[in-house]
Amino acid sequence: MTRTETHRAPVIAQATDASPSSDTLRKNWEGPGGWRGWLSTVDHKEIGKRYLLTAFVFLLIGGLEAAVMRAQLATPDGHLLSAEQYAQLFTMHGVTMIFLYALPVLSGFSNYLWPLLLGSRDMAFPRLNAFSYWVFLFAGIFLYASFVMGKAPDDGWFNYVPYASREFNPGPNIDVYALGMVLLGVSTTVGSINFIVTLFRTRAPGMSINRVPILVWGTLTASVGNLFAVPAVSLAFLMLWMDRQLGTHFFDVSAGGQPLLWQHLFWMFGHPWVYAIVLPAMGIVSDGLPTFCRRPLVGYTAVALATVTTMVLGFGVWAHHMFATGLPVMSLSYFSASSMVIVIPSAVAVFAWIATIWTGRPVFTTAFLYFSSFVLLFVIGGVSGFMTASVPVDLELTHTYFVVAHLHYVLIGINVFPVVGGIYYWFPKITGRMMSERLGKWSFWIMFIGFNVGFFPMHILGLAGMPRRVYTYPSGLGWGSWNMVATLGSYLFAIGIAMFLVNVWISLKRGKAAGRNPWGAPSLEWSTSSPPPVYNFAVIPNVASRYPLWEGYMDDDEDTGGSTIHEGLLLDHGRETIGTTMLDAEPAVILKMPGDTYTPLLLALALTLLFVGLLAQAWWAVGAGVLLTLLATITWLWPQRKLSQIER
Amino acid sequence: MKAGRTLLVGLALTLSHDAWAATPMSYLRTFGPAGYPVTRLGWGLGIISVSVVVIVGLLLLGGIFRRRGPRRLSDPNALAVRRDAGGMAWIYIGVGISSLVLIGAMIWTLVVTAVVAHPSSRPALTVQVSASQWWWALRYDTEQPSRTFTSANEIHIPVGQPVRFEVTSTDVIHSFWVPKLGGKIDVIPGQTNVTWLQADQPGVYRGQCAVFCGTEHARMALQVIAQSPADFRAWQESQLADAPRPATPEQQHGTRVFQSHCAACHTIRGSNAGGLVGPDLSHLMSRRTLAAGVLSNTPGNLAGWIVHPQSVKPGSRMPDQTLSGPQLAALMAYLQTLH
Repeated sequence: MTRTETHRAPVIAQATDASPSSDTLRKNWEGPGGWRGWLSTVDHKEIGKRYLLTAFVFLLIGGLEAAVMRAQLATPDGHLLSAEQYAQLFTMHGVTMIFLYALPVLSGFSNYLWPLLLGSRDMAFPRLNAFSYWVFLFAGIFLYASFVMGKAPDDGWFNYVPYASREFNPGPNIDVYALGMVLLGVSTTVGSINFIVTLFRTRAPGMSINRVPILVWGTLTASVGNLFAVPAVSLAFLMLWMDRQLGTHFFDVSAGGQPLLWQHLFWMFGHPWVYAIVLPAMGIVSDGLPTFCRRPLVGYTAVALATVTTMVLGFGVWAHHMFATGLPVMSLSYFSASSMVIVIPSAVAVFAWIATIWTGRPVFTTAFLYFSSFVLLFVIGGVSGFMTASVPVDLELTHTYFVVAHLHYVLIGINVFPVVGGIYYWFPKITGRMMSERLGKWSFWIMFIGFNVGFFPMHILGLAGMPRRVYTYPSGLGWGSWNMVATLGSYLFAIGIAMFLVNVWISLKRGKAAGRNPWGAPSLEWSTSSPPPVYNFAVIPNVASRYPLWEGYMDDDEDTGGSTIHEGLLLDHGRETIGTTMLDAEPAVILKMPGDTYTPLLLALALTLLFVGLLAQAWWAVGAGVLLTLLATITWLWPQRKLSQIER
Repeated sequence: MKAGRTLLVGLALTLSHDAWAATPMSYLRTFGPAGYPVTRLGWGLGIISVSVVVIVGLLLLGGIFRRRGPRRLSDPNALAVRRDAGGMAWIYIGVGISSLVLIGAMIWTLVVTAVVAHPSSRPALTVQVSASQWWWALRYDTEQPSRTFTSANEIHIPVGQPVRFEVTSTDVIHSFWVPKLGGKIDVIPGQTNVTWLQADQPGVYRGQCAVFCGTEHARMALQVIAQSPADFRAWQESQLADAPRPATPEQQHGTRVFQSHCAACHTIRGSNAGGLVGPDLSHLMSRRTLAAGVLSNTPGNLAGWIVHPQSVKPGSRMPDQTLSGPQLAALMAYLQTLH
């Protein structure tokens, strides 16, 4: 091939992983291997696994921080920690769990699964995917470097000014947080763009928008939300950093700055973000439950629309974090009502899950236990959110442990439980081995009991008036014993998490071979080998229904499709996948995919150097960072003939 | 084993003890009209919430155990799939009922929001609260400037009358909260927020800063002391008076110590001490606690606080004082006259 190819009618073939054509594909898609391959890979499955692993490491770090805090709070007048140590711990606990665990772990699932769910060979922008991971990793290390030096952020994850201003917080603590968040925002933004384009461009032929799994709807919604939400917080942190280091006065009261501006910007981001870290997890359940209830999800369309609606409404409720700040009664009433309306799409999802279980035939696997118990935890976290949406009641509840209980039911109940259930569900696909069901059920019950014993009492503590973010409390307020219970329960929960990790470890080595589709599940990822080959699919499948692998089992008109899994576009001239139209997924163009490259890593390193330079105010490093960032970007964008798209 | 049982028994005892012991910060019962409708609403929403959780829990259990799937996935039946048969009625009915309850709760919320926004009668007095890291300055305003006075951390109010609070901060954001009387209002520098409270029963109501405001956020308490109107007036008169002049030589020595060590930050009306950084100490002995509710106001605690505030409340703005024994004794003798 000497000239650039512009037209080609792709070959349609029958093939599986065992076919001779697959050897060509393997050669096309395999990277160099070894440490070079490790640093240069753009394979979405590798990147997905790294996201999952890194997020779990951060979960453990955040969990250890929580364990130390619970030890401090177990009894009145605890003196294990100083006030400043406690402030750094609760700040880093929040930052870690919210930014370095909760979204990245879902990005891990989505990165790993999306192309497999969508019948594609990679994400739309594989290099951007690698870049997004590296920036996330470096931003995490950036934030934690200060922790090791004892100068970690110490004003809570919400970082309210003026306490975060230089006047009251002169150390590097807040600068680290501000710059780290801007850096992390780069990762989130490019990751979100990648998901959006991947969904609208690389679905298998026939997978129209009303046939994609709910997890895809969840991550799509979260990604669009992030694109609108992240700029608010990146801007806020940049303004704060300029206030602190360059002498601007955005938040400086003495110069007419507004402390409440920070809160508005932060929560305009913060509340949609909460939905971004639960909607994909709700999607995991919506896709997992049907497999274990042996029937399609009840109300697919309603659940998909509820997912989108939740996020749209989520942009109109930020001030419910600010009910006590002295807003006028009129805006309080608006934000109270809009926050309550979110109950409606949530109710749609809850009743869809219940109906799926009720009208199905549940199979009691460990994953099913996590998914079904999630529904209960979702409702508990939901109704406590409903209570705090009521302005007058919230003026008592806000800033207390009631809110701590609420947010942990939301984040652990709606994120951690589906995530762990999702690992039990997809572990066979990712590793080719089954996890131990016996140990799995033990780990579930210990996690479930530990979680409820540990976190339900926090509702009671909140009703007994215990404020959040206190490093100690006197006796005589009726808080002592419930705090002891909460500490013991949370330790039990930690044991459950540890058992889950032990299960992962053991099963990696000794789990039974899984086969293609151990659960008899309906979606495309289960049609390929476990673990999937580097090219995902021997041919690009054609999809004709929502549950392609269940066709023929269901006698429903709409769902008997005629999907073809092992016959389709071969696309073996180098790394290729098919580009399809936005809504109907009709094949439109052959996408030439980039090979493995160090450029994403180098760009991430250059960007990190820039941020380290800004933190240290080492202007030579800033200059070098800018220059290297430009160079790496130019290298990345340099036109390559082999990457030009081909019309079919 | 034995240790475990002892722990369990101890836990059960303390739990039941706590359950009945006073919870001075709980707002499950409130003691004034700024709280009553909110408490009723809170209980109402709480009961709705618990009911929803119970109903969903039962439906889930019913769904799970109603028609068990195959016990093992190796069972050939395990892979049988049911056709997409209905279930939408669940969503229609469930969401329909939820929406009705929701609209009811919303209307109730809006009504209560409007009701508690303002007191039903004109407030009897206005207290200006100025929060700082980590204590509360109070200023009792009246139309006559001569009857205005300042105090700290302990707010006296007359029973049965609404009191207006104008709150602001000298440094970072705090939150003013006396749970048994009503909800919070954030205390934000550069703006003055207004709220009101009323106590219908005499007593001491504990409050605490509720927004993280730095290292000693956990120990920034306040107290509202509700008194009969007559007692309140008497207290007001006593606060208006200047501090007594030192009578004995030791007390006179004490004023000099105060002047050299304390007066840069603290005011004692009727003396030369006029510092504005720390609490007004003109009537220090009339207060029940020290250091914003951290210590009860006993002579031993007071002496300890003066000499070592940094070990009592690390990070506090008050520096440790180097005083000789006789200096401290003289200072204590003087301070104890400040009733």
